[in-house]
Amino acid sequence: MAGGGPSLMDSLFQRSLDDLIKGLRLSSPDNKLNFISKSLDEIRREIKSTDPQTKSTALQKLTYLHSLHAVDMSFAAFHSVELSSSAIHSHKRVAFLSAALSFNPSTTDFILLLTHQLRKDLSSPNHHDVSLALSTISSICNPDLARDLTPELFTLLSSSKMFVRKKAIAAVLRVFEQYPDAVRVCFKRVVENLEGADMGVLSAVVGLFCELTVNEPRSYLPLAPEFYKILVDCRNNWVLIKVLKIFAKLAPLEPRLGKRVVEPICEHMGRTGAKSLAFECVRTIVTSLSEHESALKLAVEKMREFLLDDDPNLKYLGLQALAIVSEKHMWAVLENKELVVKALSDVDVNIKLEALRLVMSMVSEDNVMEICRILMSHALKSDPEFCNEILEFILLTCSRNVYEVIIDFDWYVSFLGEMARIPHCQKGREIEAQLVDIGMRVKDARLELVHVARDLVIDPALLGNLYIHGVLAAAAWVSGEYVELSRNPFELMEALLQPRTSLLPPSVRAVYIQSAFKVLTFCIYSYLGLNGDVASEPVSDTELDNDNVVITHKQTPSTSSSKHNLTQESIMSLLNLIETNLGPLAGSDEVEVQERASNVLGLIKLMKPRIIGGLNQSEEDKIKEELKASETIKLIYDAFSEELAPVSLNSQERVPIPDGLVLKENLNELEAICGDFKLPLSTSFSLVKTRMLEKDATSISECQSKEESEPSNESTSLLSEHRKRHGLYYLPSESKESVSNDYPPAHDPKDKAIDEAEDLVKLTEQSLVFKKKSNPLKPRPVVLRLDDGEKSNFVSKKLEVKEDLISGAVQEVLLGTEASTSSSISKLSKKSSKGVPELKDNTGNNDLSEVSLAGSGRKKHNKERKHKSSGKEKEEHNNKDKQKSDRRHSKHKSRQRADSALAAQSQVIPDFLL
Amino acid sequence: MIHFVLLISRQGKVRLTKWYSPYTQKERTKIIRELSGTILTRAPKLCNFVEWRGFKVVYKRYASLYFCMCVDQDDNELEILEIIHHFVEILDRYFGSVCELDLIFNFHKAYFVLDEILIAGELQESSKKTVARLIAAQDSLVEVAKEQESSISNIIAQATK
Repeated sequence: MAGGGPSLMDSLFQRSLDDLIKGLRLSSPDNKLNFISKSLDEIRREIKSTDPQTKSTALQKLTYLHSLHAVDMSFAAFHSVELSSSAIHSHKRVAFLSAALSFNPSTTDFILLLTHQLRKDLSSPNHHDVSLALSTISSICNPDLARDLTPELFTLLSSSKMFVRKKAIAAVLRVFEQYPDAVRVCFKRVVENLEGADMGVLSAVVGLFCELTVNEPRSYLPLAPEFYKILVDCRNNWVLIKVLKIFAKLAPLEPRLGKRVVEPICEHMGRTGAKSLAFECVRTIVTSLSEHESALKLAVEKMREFLLDDDPNLKYLGLQALAIVSEKHMWAVLENKELVVKALSDVDVNIKLEALRLVMSMVSEDNVMEICRILMSHALKSDPEFCNEILEFILLTCSRNVYEVIIDFDWYVSFLGEMARIPHCQKGREIEAQLVDIGMRVKDARLELVHVARDLVIDPALLGNLYIHGVLAAAAWVSGEYVELSRNPFELMEALLQPRTSLLPPSVRAVYIQSAFKVLTFCIYSYLGLNGDVASEPVSDTELDNDNVVITHKQTPSTSSSKHNLTQESIMSLLNLIETNLGPLAGSDEVEVQERASNVLGLIKLMKPRIIGGLNQSEEDKIKEELKASETIKLIYDAFSEELAPVSLNSQERVPIPDGLVLKENLNELEAICGDFKLPLSTSFSLVKTRMLEKDATSISECQSKEESEPSNESTSLLSEHRKRHGLYYLPSESKESVSNDYPPAHDPKDKAIDEAEDLVKLTEQSLVFKKKSNPLKPRPVVLRLDDGEKSNFVSKKLEVKEDLISGAVQEVLLGTEASTSSSISKLSKKSSKGVPELKDNTGNNDLSEVSLAGSGRKKHNKERKHKSSGKEKEEHNNKDKQKSDRRHSKHKSRQRADSALAAQSQVIPDFLL
Repeated sequence: MIHFVLLISRQGKVRLTKWYSPYTQKERTKIIRELSGTILTRAPKLCNFVEWRGFKVVYKRYASLYFCMCVDQDDNELEILEIIHHFVEILDRYFGSVCELDLIFNFHKAYFVLDEILIAGELQESSKKTVARLIAAQDSLVEVAKEQESSISNIIAQATK
């Protein structure tokens, strides 16, 4: 008793499984681990016992701990093997259960030791032992085990005990996967079982084929007649579902097959009361038979039934089926759009997501604005998670294929701005990318983009939102890059330097400072009158009563016209403002921030004396100083005004290589790097418009009137529209105007109030049906698009070698022998005509040559089954011997055979329709 | 095919796990944690399907137990629901109005029942009667063995060997 070994007392007083479970349930959560480890110690001791009962109980307890409490039981692998040889069924059961649950096919070495026992059990007269062994094989099968047990499985495939046979069929799937050569041995017997009357067996075979066809359906085309028979005759829903799945895979490969099966499938769909079968019919039709119009209509009708059902499962599946059909037949979705939109407000997230996917699939040029607005109002009242799902879908859909569906970019850009303002928005990164991308691609959208960017940058509340820092960076960049389009650079500067920018991460802050640099350069540049005029002028002067912002000319009426809206005073205050705000940052820890701040301060240092100098000096000196300043600032300004544009990854290739230039091959990788650089285009985003404006603006007072301060193109109206829409973000003095207008605000509280699904339905109704109004008014702006290099090339996936082997072997079994006996085809075909099932008569003899050839192939297959079964046995034995004598050799050979079978297969026309 | 079957109680306790595709112990634990997180938090009367890592998990709640099966994307969800129901009915018949405790104390029997219904991730027996008969036959085999095994004389023979 003293030793650690098992003893009589251990056996007598061993805790049973019940004791263990009770103990576990009684122990407190804190104590549980302790209890488990104590039990494990006991089990380790007990499992070594020579008494099989003690061992079995120990193993059972261990299995329990393993499967439900994730205890590692690899140490007991040998004991499982040992106990499996017990003559007592209950011990065997425990042993095999533990093996099935804990062995890992690829890592447990002890599986090898189990081979002999499994083989013995597979041939046991006790069919319970056999079934136990089969279940175990299906769980732990590895290539060695599969190879060694193939002969036994082959025998069991025609066992007289149906429940053994069906398990053998199910287990053989795993064997095929692990050891494709087994197909050669077993496949014919598997096929024979397709004609069995026993439902269990049939269900197992069909299940097996269902799994096999997933990977390489073409190999199984010759079996289509058998499947067809099951489809027509069988009344078991579960079997039918599997057969439908098989046909869903086969039908696309062979159009004639589709024609044959579509009728029985529709029949099943109409007749069955089982939703599962009905749904499978629907899915088969929409995935594989959608070119059959009448069937598709029936299927869509059925879907509608599902969508209208109260059962959320059916609703969900109906939406899924619609999603499948939407790829080819959008009308089906449009027909049910009101149901889809209603589903957007479902209580179930999964259903909402499916509906969202569908709604987004409906998006087109005509309705994108309406749909986005509807979704936006949904987003505002959804929980954060779903809200972000919506935003993600919108962003994804709208940017698809370089903004394919967007026509009105002004709208889209301001929509992006709105999106960023949604409190839950976490898609800042994507919005950021799109804002910058649109800026570079769509010239016409820049004006609006700058306005949106201004609104974002200027709002102090946004700076605190962690998720949209990216958006702010983009907005700041846009403001700096396209500052010529800004109505009020001074205001922009203030926004870029506002105190709350300290909340930004350094990387974004650096962008802010760089933008401030650009804005500053622009202001000085315009002050010095280098471009003849200010690029863009304030639209409405009345709103701009800030001290720093000077828009009137009164103070400097006598100076050159170029300075007409900038005074020395205002420039000075601008410089001071920057100095105050950026001064401290010159000592920042962050290099990016520090460097850029120093740059700006350096420029100010350079410019300040020249601008101030004017105060005390004579007119001449002043002009001189200004001239110097102008040169400097012109250089900087020119550097900035080089426009950035997207660059194709392959653009480098298109440049002809000059003669004499030697490009070494090993430099090729540079291309990728070069692709990242922005390609400088002509440096002229120059201000033609404003020059024209200058001529118009003959007097100051006119200049101040809001209408003409902008060129008389559409941007004026856009601006005012924008102002109306975003009254909230403009300075208050303008508020009177924005009160009433008929332009529907994109982000109006009214929208939030629209809670009822019906209203939404109405909206979509309008939007989905007639919505072409805006098209003729506004042509789609040019979107810079690079023809190549933007499509990502997907490398086609290699087929799995193993699947190839299986299908190769299958083809060999089904077709290979036919090819080899092709000389006898003509003889056989005559006799075989009676063997060919009724499928043949309908299609008639319109294609005689094909009929005879195909008939022969079909026939041969039949014949093989009937006549060759005796020969098969021999073949089988041969195989066995071969395997034993030289496995590697036979494996190699079989691969070769598989190849030849593939080649042969191309000649054989599957004949199931004739 | 079915990749795994999980039975999870409403409190998140695992009552049965059966894996038809190979997963390491680590993955198994992670999967259970992940799925019980998503499934147990779903309100009643929602749909019974959850998308998960490119697969679909079909679950159904019976009393305090969630029966979950993970299947491929193109498998028939309603069929899986029927299989779950089938499994539950057979358990019910076998244990005589089954409850969670039955499964807790007879976890191995639950496995044996499941093995008669599913093999290699495929449904293999659609007849409840047949399954019940097979399980009963196996149990009777076990009973006979147990009687021999547990007789005192046997134990003494063991000990004095």
